Amino acid sequence: MDFLTLIQVLDSTIRLTTPLLLACLAGLYSERAGIFDIGLEGKMLAAAFFSAAVAYVSGSVWLGLGAGIVSSVVLSGLHGLASITFRGNQLISGLAVTMLAQGFTVLVAQDWFSQGGRTPSLSGGARFTGITLPFADTLAPVPFIGPIYAELISGHSILVYLAFALVPLTWWVLFRTRFGLRLRAVGENPAAVDTAGVSVTGLRFSAVIICGVLCGIAGAYLSTALQAGFVKEMTAGRGYIALAALIFAKWRPWHALWACLLFGLLQAIALRYQSINLGGIVIPVQVMDALPYILTVVILAGFVGKAIPPRAGGEPYVKER
Amino acid sequence: MDKMPRWADVVLIPLISILLAAVLSALVILAIGENPIAALKLMVQGSLGSTYGWGYTLYYATSFMFTGLAVAVAYHARMFNIGGEGQAMVGGLGVALVLLFIPFPHWTLALVVAIAAAALFGAAWAAIPAYLQAARGSHVVITTIMFNFIAAAFLNYMLVNTLRPQGAMDPATERFSPNVHLPTLHEMLVPFGINFSKAAPANFSLVVAIIACVLVWVLIWRTKLGYEIRAYGHSESGALYAGISPFKIIMIAMLISGALAGCMAINNVMGEAERLVLNATENAGFIGIAVALMGRNHPFGVFLAAILFGFLYQGGAELALWTSIPRELITVIQALVILFTGALDNMVRMPLEKLFLAMRRRGA
Repeated sequence: MDFLTLIQVLDSTIRLTTPLLLACLAGLYSERAGIFDIGLEGKMLAAAFFSAAVAYVSGSVWLGLGAGIVSSVVLSGLHGLASITFRGNQLISGLAVTMLAQGFTVLVAQDWFSQGGRTPSLSGGARFTGITLPFADTLAPVPFIGPIYAELISGHSILVYLAFALVPLTWWVLFRTRFGLRLRAVGENPAAVDTAGVSVTGLRFSAVIICGVLCGIAGAYLSTALQAGFVKEMTAGRGYIALAALIFAKWRPWHALWACLLFGLLQAIALRYQSINLGGIVIPVQVMDALPYILTVVILAGFVGKAIPPRAGGEPYVKER
Repeated sequence: MDKMPRWADVVLIPLISILLAAVLSALVILAIGENPIAALKLMVQGSLGSTYGWGYTLYYATSFMFTGLAVAVAYHARMFNIGGEGQAMVGGLGVALVLLFIPFPHWTLALVVAIAAAALFGAAWAAIPAYLQAARGSHVVITTIMFNFIAAAFLNYMLVNTLRPQGAMDPATERFSPNVHLPTLHEMLVPFGINFSKAAPANFSLVVAIIACVLVWVLIWRTKLGYEIRAYGHSESGALYAGISPFKIIMIAMLISGALAGCMAINNVMGEAERLVLNATENAGFIGIAVALMGRNHPFGVFLAAILFGFLYQGGAELALWTSIPRELITVIQALVILFTGALDNMVRMPLEKLFLAMRRRGA
C-alpha cells in the first residue's frame, strides 16, 4: 500500500467516523444521565430523511439540518416521555423509536416524492460541501505534510470539524461544569441529586434532548454531506456501531473518539477492499463488518478491562414518598 | 391488594394499546390521502377473505409464534432477548446444513432432525450472550444486539463463500431434495375434503408451532423449572434465598429462548423457501418482541398475537399491492404496538388503575 492510498483510506475513515462519533457522543450524554438509548439508529434515520427532504424542497442545507435536528429531538422527547415520565422500559422504548423511524421515513418519503422510499438527489446549496482550509493549496506540493494537510485534514464539510470539536467540548461540559457533574451524578445516584434539590427529571430530559440534537446532526451529515439524498434504511446499523463504540470507550469522551476512529477505519477498509491478504491468510470482508461487534462483546465480557455502565442506567427514578 | 382485576390487566390493557395504535395508524393513512376504512376492509379481505390469504396469514403467524415464544420464555426470567433475529438466522443455517448433507428417506424423519438442528444452532447462538450475562454480568440486551449483526455477517460469509453452488450468482444454497418437502396446508387438508389454496406457503410447521405453545405453557406453569424461572424473574434475591441458582436459570432460560427462535427456520427455510437465502428471517425476530409484549408473555397470548401480526403482515402486503400505502405502514403499526404495550404501558395503566379504584370505592 503506497502513501497516497493510505491517505485516501484515512480520508475515508474521517468521513465515516463523523456520523459514528456524533451518535456516540449523543449516546454518551443520554447514558451518562442514566437513560439507556438503543434508539440512536432510529433518530439518525429520521434526521437523515427530514434533512434531505427539507433541503431538497427549500434548496437550503441549513434548513435541512434544522429539520433533521427537530425530527430527531421529537423522537428523543418520545423516548424521554416513555422512560422518564412514564417510567417505562428504556430498551423497549429505544427499539420502538428505531422501528417507528424505519417505517415512518419510507412511508413519508413515498408519499412526498413517490420514488420508492427515497428523496431526489441533492445538489448545489442543498448539500454540505467541503471546506478548503487556509493554505491547503499552497501546502499541497510539500512532500509528506502537503498531502496530509491538503487531502486528509482539509476539504471536509463543516459537520466533520464540528463532530471532532465536540469531543473536547463534551469532556469539558461533563467534567468541568456544574451541569456535567450533576448529569453524571444523576446517572450514578439520582436519589442523591434529588436530595440536593436538583430536578432529576429536568436533568434527564436535558440529557435526552442533547442526545436528540447530536443524533440529528449525525443523520443530516449522512444524507446531505456523506451522500446526496436519503435512501431507505441508509443508517445501515451505524446507530448500533455507535452504541458499540460507546461501550468500547467505557462512556468517556476521548476514548469515544478513538473507538469511533477505529470502527470508522474498519468501515473504510471494508468499503475499499473485498478481502485482505495478510501473508497467506485471507480475511474476508464480512469479518471487517462483524469486527466492531465482536470487539464490543469482548470488552463487555470484561476480559480486556471491564466496561461498567453508569450505575443507575436503565432504572427509572421513583421519588420516595 | 391488586389495584385492578386480573382480566383488566390481561385483556383490557393490550386491547386499549392496540386501539391507540390503530387510531394513530388510521390518522397516518388519512394524512397520506387514503381512506382508513377502505384500507382496513382491503386488509381483512386480502388476509382473511380467502384460503390464499389465510395461508399467508398463518405462514407469517407460524414464524411469529416461534420468535414470540422465544422472547416470552426469556422474559419470565427477566431477560430481554433481543437477539431472536440472529438466533433464527443461525437456526436456518443448521436446518440448511442437515437437509443439504443428510439424505433423508422421508420428510417426517427430516423434520425431527431439522427441528433438533434448528434448536441446537439457535441455542448455541444464544449461549454466549447468556454465559456472559450469567457469569460476567454483561448486559444481555447489548450482547444479543451485537450477536444479531455478527450472525448477519456470518451468514453472508457462509452463503457467498461456502454454501453457494458453483457458478450461481445468487447468494443462496441449492434447493433441498424433494424428499424433505413439508406438507403444505393444502396437502394436509385435502384428505378432509377441504380445498385449501395451493399457492399459499403455510405448512406443517404451524402444527409444530402450536405444539411449541403448549409445551412452553407446560414448562412455565406446570414444572419445577418453570416455577424457578418465574421465581427468579420476580425477585432475584428471593430466588437466591430459596436456593435457586441464578447462573442456571439465566443459562437455561436463554438456551430455551434461542432454541425456540432457531426453530422458526423450519417454517421459513424448510417449509417455504426450501433453501437458505440471504435475509431469510425478514425481521421476524423483532416482530417476536411485539408479539410477546402484546400476548403478555403467555403462550396463548403469543398464539393470538402472532395471528394478529400475521394478519397485519399479509394485509400490509395487500395494501402495498393495491394502494399507494407502502408495506412500511406495518412497521409503523408494529412500532406503535411495542411503544404502547411495552414502553408507555404506564400511560395506559395509570388512568385505568385510578378508574378501577374509584369504582371500587363507590361500590364499597
